[in-house]
Amino acid sequence: MITLQKIHKSYVTGQNSLHVLKGIDLEIKAGEMISVMGASGSGKSTLLNILGILDNYDSGEYSLDGIPIRKLSERKAAAMRNKLLGFVFQSFNLISFKNAMENVALPLYYQKVSRKKRNIIAMGYLERLGLKDWAHHLPNELSGGQKQRVAIARALITNPKVILADEPTGALDSVTSLEMMDLLQEINRTGITMLIVTHEHDIAERTQKTIRITDGMITEIINN
Amino acid sequence: MFDLDRWQEIYHVLRKNKMRTFLTAFGVFWGIFMLVIMLGSGNGLQNGVTQNFGDMATNSIFVWAQQTSVPYKGFSRGRSFNFENRDADAIRAGIPEIKYLAPRTNVGGFNGSSTAMRGLKSGEFAIFGDYPDYNLIDPVNITQGRFINDLDIKEKRKVVVIGKRICEILFEPKENPMNQYIKINGMYFKVVGICTSKRTGEQASQENQRIFMPFTTLQRTFNYGNAVGFFAVTAKEDAPMTAMEDKVISLLKKQHSIAPSDENAIGHFNLKKEFDKMTGLFFGIRLLVWIVGTGTLLAGVIGVSNIMLVVVKERTKEIGIQRALGASPWIIISEIITESVVLTTFAGYFGLAAGVGLLELINWLLTKSGANTEMFVHPGVNFNVAVTALVILVISGALAGFIPARRAVSVKPIDALRYE
Repeated sequence: MITLQKIHKSYVTGQNSLHVLKGIDLEIKAGEMISVMGASGSGKSTLLNILGILDNYDSGEYSLDGIPIRKLSERKAAAMRNKLLGFVFQSFNLISFKNAMENVALPLYYQKVSRKKRNIIAMGYLERLGLKDWAHHLPNELSGGQKQRVAIARALITNPKVILADEPTGALDSVTSLEMMDLLQEINRTGITMLIVTHEHDIAERTQKTIRITDGMITEIINN
Repeated sequence: MFDLDRWQEIYHVLRKNKMRTFLTAFGVFWGIFMLVIMLGSGNGLQNGVTQNFGDMATNSIFVWAQQTSVPYKGFSRGRSFNFENRDADAIRAGIPEIKYLAPRTNVGGFNGSSTAMRGLKSGEFAIFGDYPDYNLIDPVNITQGRFINDLDIKEKRKVVVIGKRICEILFEPKENPMNQYIKINGMYFKVVGICTSKRTGEQASQENQRIFMPFTTLQRTFNYGNAVGFFAVTAKEDAPMTAMEDKVISLLKKQHSIAPSDENAIGHFNLKKEFDKMTGLFFGIRLLVWIVGTGTLLAGVIGVSNIMLVVVKERTKEIGIQRALGASPWIIISEIITESVVLTTFAGYFGLAAGVGLLELINWLLTKSGANTEMFVHPGVNFNVAVTALVILVISGALAGFIPARRAVSVKPIDALRYE
């Protein structure tokens, strides 16, 4: 599903250049559930952003679902993100003036699905995640766990091949975190490839593989 | 394009900071409002001045006799003279560029009057002796009957065309003056036509109190002999006016043994020259109005662009989320442009409506109060100008949105997402 070969990435600010990723080789098969761990500044978020086509890389090769991702126009990148990828963020990133249902339906808006149809689909996902009664609430009327469920529903609605989660439990208490992991595992069992960036060991242990990144290089791959 | 989500977004963004939205919109509102008011007032002024010319043929000149100022051929200076009927024939024969030539004589000085009576009613009115052509040079509206015709001139008929006001003074309200007789200078004249002025204000009320009779009849009735008051001359469409004016004057000088160098002997007025001056003046005014108006409008539009920049900056993160979820740059750009266009168009439309409304109000007040509005008639902008202004607004709204929109998609999605 995902193949990375010798990915390099540096950030240039003025005279200084910061070499963040120093040759990442990685292969993730379809249906795998993988966690990425590492200290802050190790490059794990950068890796995730590159995988999510939110950021570019300097050299190496990246192919997603067999498609080489290299110098895509922003229009194509947006289409790829929309169709192939689902994002779950630490800070949920819901749009504040749209209610839960509208937030979930948003990715379908970019596929030009009619409002009525996409709202019905969104309701279906919210029901699956136990949020049917909260569908018409705005994000600030929801608890952290509920917000993250809405975000997950939003990531699922386009039927993506890969879900990329950046510290999905980082802003949640431990009980809710465990529930969230149950949910993500359940989703993974439907065949969706999942990559979770985290720094919590008990979260990482619940994935099939843990990749440890130190100073921009993969130093360890643990099979859990 | 017309998806509810987009409007929801626009509504949300504009509502979030009402004061800012209002002030921005006000800039555009004011711009177009001022443009409309200024254009309308300019038009009002022009209408007023143009109506003062009545329906006059603008390529006309008028010449009248004054006193000589240069001794010539044995005549001393300070000699008075009159134009005569033979001058009309000489002008017609000598100057082929002439389209209409109308001698006119009026009774008792330029604004003088004579008594007209009917039964016990009477009034003092100005009396004009005219040729049919005069009504082609400086026309009045004939509301009933006819103007003087060639047969009237030839047979020196005792017929008159009278102004509207005269009907009111000499006749009962329900009476029809047509074919009735009125007494002027002890003689009876048949009313063959009723006329109203094409001008406005004071000039109109003067014109409505005039009596027109055949030129030849007037000469005989008031014992004027061959004397002519003045000549009104209209040139053919493409004839050069100034040249014709000079020709007429020098011909008349020859007729009356006046020194060619005498500038005072013959008074003359070139309507074309005056009219050209006016036209130039109004062109200038309009140019100024457009420059100032579009300047104001531009300031408003730049305001919109500025505010859109702020909006885009504030929404950076939200735009980042949208892009992560798969919004293409075009969707983001068109969203921001729509927002900007909506804002400008709404504000502009209200400005346009308010401007036109105010002009209509002024118009209504002017008409209602019956004020002497000689210089200011029917202020207003024509429909095309209004539509053009609106189209310019929509386009400039789009341009105002384009720069911020470009900025919104020029950053990497991840940088937008991380923006706090």
